[in-house]
Amino acid sequence: MKKSNCLSILLGIVLIFLLGITSSYGLSDAFKDNIYHPENLKPTDSVLKVKIGDRAPDFTLPAVFGGKISLSRYLGKKNVVISFVPAAWTPVCSDQWPGYNIVKGIFDKNDAILLGITVDNIPTLFAWTNQMGKLWFSVLSDFWPHGRVADRYGVLRSNGVTERALFVIDKKGIIRYIDVHDINKRPRLESIVRELEKLNK
Amino acid sequence: MKKILIHFIVLAVCVFVFSSTVMAAKSPPLKGAILPEINLAVPVKDSDRSYLGLPASGFFKIPQIKARVVLIEIFSMYCPHCQGDAHNANKLYNMIEDNPKLKDKVKLIGIGAGNSSYEVEVFMKTYDIPFPLFADMDFSIHKVLGEVRTPYFIGIKINNDGTHRIFYSKLGGVNNPDQFLDLMLRLSGVKQGGVK
Repeated sequence: MKKSNCLSILLGIVLIFLLGITSSYGLSDAFKDNIYHPENLKPTDSVLKVKIGDRAPDFTLPAVFGGKISLSRYLGKKNVVISFVPAAWTPVCSDQWPGYNIVKGIFDKNDAILLGITVDNIPTLFAWTNQMGKLWFSVLSDFWPHGRVADRYGVLRSNGVTERALFVIDKKGIIRYIDVHDINKRPRLESIVRELEKLNK
Repeated sequence: MKKILIHFIVLAVCVFVFSSTVMAAKSPPLKGAILPEINLAVPVKDSDRSYLGLPASGFFKIPQIKARVVLIEIFSMYCPHCQGDAHNANKLYNMIEDNPKLKDKVKLIGIGAGNSSYEVEVFMKTYDIPFPLFADMDFSIHKVLGEVRTPYFIGIKINNDGTHRIFYSKLGGVNNPDQFLDLMLRLSGVKQGGVK
């Protein structure tokens, strides 16, 4: 096949691929028309500052339903999953935590708790998470100093929101799993479950 | 000139072929129309296959389900309203199955938009869903159904000759199982047969 013909086919495939990319997240009617749909974003936009095997940096952040929560409170007691999501009222984020909300049993079975973190402020997080029903896990605000915790982990993007990232931390406070996910896509639930189950082996 | 024409034709054919399968439909399925072509894998569970009247393996199209009416719920395990309405959908299923005049005529299935098989399984176990659920991990079915919000119900009536028509296509869950079933039976014409 001639080089120019190959180029045509390649162009066609690229065009088709681009046409196929549409945002199908944030589709629950629970959020009505309140979801802001950004353009497809650069998949990741930060450099990790921690790695698997490191001690997880401690932090203390305000929780949506009052008080402050420190990571260190779970040392020796619980495995911890931290779910950073980029922003409230956006499609994929709105389609992520509600799923975690129905799997408390899986977390309990693996002696784990979940901490959800965004850089939104408390009132915004309050209004947003209220659409998800009553959450069993804590939602923390890394709003001020803006994104300090996200930056400490190396998941603060250049535009001030966080990556869509998961960290699994064992009871000794050691990071056992990191997934800085494509911001445009939701991580599969089974990846968290698999990593939690590994902790108990 | 000839080369440019060839390039254009190749590109156009590629776009046409893929656009019919990949691109999103512009609107949800319309009442009176037929479903877009959707191929689902025959369920692994014997009870699901038996419920839908399907062969042992392979793929099937929804109108091949052995029934006069099929109600299709587009849901997601990540959707709070779908979670909240799950018990109503279960009640709807039980009302149909408990009615000897309805159980062979009306079937219920769910399609998990953007959900993996594992996620669908989690949803099913969490809410004890008794009817077959199918995964649509890459949103491909969701796209051809016009990227509807969830939960969304589509009702189709299957004719004796195997053709079908959509008689219901609407955003929202079951909410009130009695009223919802009554509405489905009336709109599909099944109720005129004196089945309830």
